Amino acid sequence: MARNNELWLSGNEAIALGAFEAGVKVASGYPGTPSTEILENLSKYEGVYTEWAPNEKVGIEVAIGSSFAGVRVLSTMKHVGMNVAADPLFTASYTGGRAGLVIINADDPEMHSSQNEQDNRNYAFAAKVPMLEPSDPAEAKEFVKLAFDISEEFDVPVIVRTTTRIAHVKGLVAEGEMLKSGVEPGIEKMPAKFVMLPGNARNRRKVIAERQQKLETFAETFAYNKIEMADVKIGIITSGISYLYVKEAFPEASVLKLGMVYPFPKLMISDFASKVDELFIVEELDPFIETHVKAMGIKCTGKEIVPAIGELNSFILKKAFQKESPALFSPEELPLRPPNMCAGCPHRGLFYSLKKLKVFVSGDIGCYTLGFLPPLSAMDSCVCMGASIGIAHGMEKALGLEAKGKVVAVLGDSTFFHSGLTGLVNVVYNKGCSTVVILDNRITGMTGHQHNPASGQTLMGEPTHSIDIKNLCHALGVKHVVEVNPHHLGETETALKEAIEFDGPSVVITKSPCVLLPEEKRRVKQPYTIDPKSCTGCKSCLRLGCPALNWVPVTEQQARELGFKEKQKGYTRISEMCNGCGQCAQLCKFEAITRAGEESA
Amino acid sequence: MKAAGNILFCGVGGQGILLASEVTAYALLEEGLDAKKSEVHGMAQRGGSVVANLRFGAKVYSPLIDPGQADYVVAFEMMEAARYLPFMHPGTKVVVNTHTIAPPVVATGNAIYPDRLIDLIEANGIYVLPVNGFEIAKGVGEIRAANIALVGALSAYLPVAEETFVKVMKDKLPAKILDLNLKAFAAGRKAALA
Ligand code: SF4
Ligand code: SF4
Repeated sequence: MARNNELWLSGNEAIALGAFEAGVKVASGYPGTPSTEILENLSKYEGVYTEWAPNEKVGIEVAIGSSFAGVRVLSTMKHVGMNVAADPLFTASYTGGRAGLVIINADDPEMHSSQNEQDNRNYAFAAKVPMLEPSDPAEAKEFVKLAFDISEEFDVPVIVRTTTRIAHVKGLVAEGEMLKSGVEPGIEKMPAKFVMLPGNARNRRKVIAERQQKLETFAETFAYNKIEMADVKIGIITSGISYLYVKEAFPEASVLKLGMVYPFPKLMISDFASKVDELFIVEELDPFIETHVKAMGIKCTGKEIVPAIGELNSFILKKAFQKESPALFSPEELPLRPPNMCAGCPHRGLFYSLKKLKVFVSGDIGCYTLGFLPPLSAMDSCVCMGASIGIAHGMEKALGLEAKGKVVAVLGDSTFFHSGLTGLVNVVYNKGCSTVVILDNRITGMTGHQHNPASGQTLMGEPTHSIDIKNLCHALGVKHVVEVNPHHLGETETALKEAIEFDGPSVVITKSPCVLLPEEKRRVKQPYTIDPKSCTGCKSCLRLGCPALNWVPVTEQQARELGFKEKQKGYTRISEMCNGCGQCAQLCKFEAITRAGEESA
Repeated sequence: MKAAGNILFCGVGGQGILLASEVTAYALLEEGLDAKKSEVHGMAQRGGSVVANLRFGAKVYSPLIDPGQADYVVAFEMMEAARYLPFMHPGTKVVVNTHTIAPPVVATGNAIYPDRLIDLIEANGIYVLPVNGFEIAKGVGEIRAANIALVGALSAYLPVAEETFVKVMKDKLPAKILDLNLKAFAAGRKAALA
């Protein structure tokens, strides 16, 4: 495939290969950028069972179960997913398992596709589990295999932490030998270890303390904690992607690279510190290594000069260390290009209708979060997966009658199953009156189209039962549940109004497939066109913000030539991107927008 | 030609940037070089400004191109070329698709698409090669082949033999779209060598 029989893989592809070579038999997780492609790739390997769990907590629980059953197992998630999964993780640290249990945690410094920037190395410390941190795809594969051995040797779940610049970086990776777990699959009852009642847990707490000691000793000889001695004037302790930036910026410096970022090789650190004139810590986000090194009483410089916000690169490091960097061309003031929902996205119709109703829209995480951006500007809050319903309910309980009909929760089908469901249970149970809109486009859109409990297909491509959201809401006790096609703007608005006015919890399900689904892409599109002669330049259609609609400004002379009214400043054109959803045609009062072959009425 | 360099691919989500950078990377690997590529998935892919970093050489550490360090820029859209000016240096070679895509503020009539973008880059003494990727692609009968036309133009500047690119495309591209992409590549390369 590439040179010397090496493969050229992304970090996520390399992790999947590493898991396969490590003999993983089961994998469960929830999609989240930048972790998603791990399970997608692993699902293609022979003999591995993979699944999308409805959320990360379930994903880790499944993993714990497989480990109890003596089978090597992987669970994957993005950083915020770890917050959801933290509950089982912290106690899995107590129980340990039988066969290796490895969790891939993908952080997103710089928030390329996330709502916050958190440094999940802190979880390793808090849950008292080891964490490995690779620097590139080749190490990512190696570390996953090592993580399984460590997990079995020390009876502990092991976290492998990546960041966007590992997960979505491609580099050369060599294929390796297949490993096998030393554990026999089967059911074994080990109540003292698996039943975490206080009496057992107190015993296990002591086991963890001993394990911690052993892991610290192990860290001293772990082959991927390594010192590269060079000029002793500057010594840098670093890990993960930061190591590569250090090598670019300071090829002359001595470096201690931590392949295991928790627990720490204390002797190695003191030894390194004693050999260099000045010690620096270079790490992205929190002063994690730095705090621990300082706690050892070792003098070092870290966040005093290295930014704690966003990603690093070698340029930032050179600046931080006041090394000369080249003069740069200054940037130009250019219109920004934020992401936008696709042309013909069904969500657009919903947000257009919500905006007209002037309600407070309690939003959620997904493609539809882009409804926040102008011209729709129809999302007023967005906190975390599934939060929309709880937040709407909280606002209503806080304001009582004053809030009635003024707050609407909006979330996608996948997000609803992830953690919106319990929010809705709460509304029904606690006599709330929230209106919840579930945007059912039959897929998890933003992360690149993964299946979910409503989409009727598994990660491994098998058809499965598709949970009927409407019946589910009825079963929970929601009396008013309606389905509507969001491309039909009038009907959508009416459905929303009725739901808002309903006395009690109500659910509106907008049903229309994502335009990027393979079957939708294959569908022959019937695009719309605008007749410039009929377009009055009123800009009504532009309020949708569809990327296929483009304003064409005209000069006075052009306006005269086109036969426009004197004051007309331009007209709208539809580009080849049009997916034929028909939303804009419903907004044009002058019947200028028609579908090829159909005459305007 | 120096056998190390940094290529920055930029454009708008959905323009085929990932495939273009992939083909280029495989050609460099085929020549025995090391290469690392970094890209961002998720939200930005929905029509936002996207960028892929490709670095090559005997041994590559960081996957990211530092500001002022892009030796080659392949811009799939004119305004996106200008956006990455701080990543260029006086010796940068810039291949620009003359195609324009209006960002939301422009498409909704609230701002005007800036003009003379190429002049603006050239004013800094940087070499710019405008390529009408859209026309080339239309010429070979598939507008989606514009990305490979741009790779063709870029190939003229890289330490990679033309046959290597051809071999990589034969290996990597589905048979159905191979021929027209080979044509698009050749046309793009011709534009650069003219
Ligand atoms: S990917 Fe699907 S859900 Fe996301 S913006 Fe595009 S059409 Fe809408
Ligand atoms: S019909 Fe109108 S709103 Fe729908 S995709 Fe085409 S241009 Fe956009």
